[in-house]
Amino acid sequence: MFDLIVLGTLLTFGYVFGQIAEKRHYRSILRREQQLRQLLLVPSRFPPMYVHPPQTFLVSGSVVISVDFFKVFVAGLRQLIGGRMRSYESLIDRARREAVLRMKDEARKHGASMIFNVKFEAVPLYKGQRNSVQSVEALAYGTAIIPARRPGT
Amino acid sequence: MLLSNLEIVPGRKIAKHLGLVQGSTVRSKHIGRDIMAGFKNVFGGELKGYTELLQESREEAVVRMTAQAEAIGANAVLNVRFSTSSISQGAAELFAYGTAVVLE
Repeated sequence: MFDLIVLGTLLTFGYVFGQIAEKRHYRSILRREQQLRQLLLVPSRFPPMYVHPPQTFLVSGSVVISVDFFKVFVAGLRQLIGGRMRSYESLIDRARREAVLRMKDEARKHGASMIFNVKFEAVPLYKGQRNSVQSVEALAYGTAIIPARRPGT
Repeated sequence: MLLSNLEIVPGRKIAKHLGLVQGSTVRSKHIGRDIMAGFKNVFGGELKGYTELLQESREEAVVRMTAQAEAIGANAVLNVRFSTSSISQGAAELFAYGTAVVLE
């Protein structure tokens, strides 16, 4: 009985706070994506040939996001029947987009206009004996390009 | 030292390829951060402590890689890649590798 109460409390807390955190995070992601839209991401290995060679440097952004207890529970149930795991989809989506935004932030600070050869990586960080995915690290990196000033400007 | 994950540097020629350079580090979280992360696992959200930790470690891996490149006389590392593997029980390996080159 006591166990059930603990489980119920954890589920409720997880659901309420997890939903609040997720909604807030998505709002912030959408706002910042709008702000950083000018900076282009190009997942191509070869930059165009430039008349005025630009400066390049490596930029990266990373974030570790934890899933809430409610989602772990729901995902556990979902594994019984299979199918789309929405609770993990939103987790990894948030992590990736946040990583991209951080990378763009870093690039913009240096005055870059494009980021080439963008690569993504996501690693689940395991913790505990159950080895369930409880947090995930997303990393985005690429080569930022600072356009050269044209002579005379 | 120029780092880039492109295979070329716009406007500059590669004079010499010096081969693969790499740097890696294995880090673990300290217990305080682990306990806080345990709480966060109930509520969800970003684990700032882990984010910083992994970022610092990745920087260290890059520093080791650049040191290796400098030692063999390179002035740039191209085609840089990162890789992370989570070794069980709260330790992670961060690995950076790339091609050391001499740019003209």
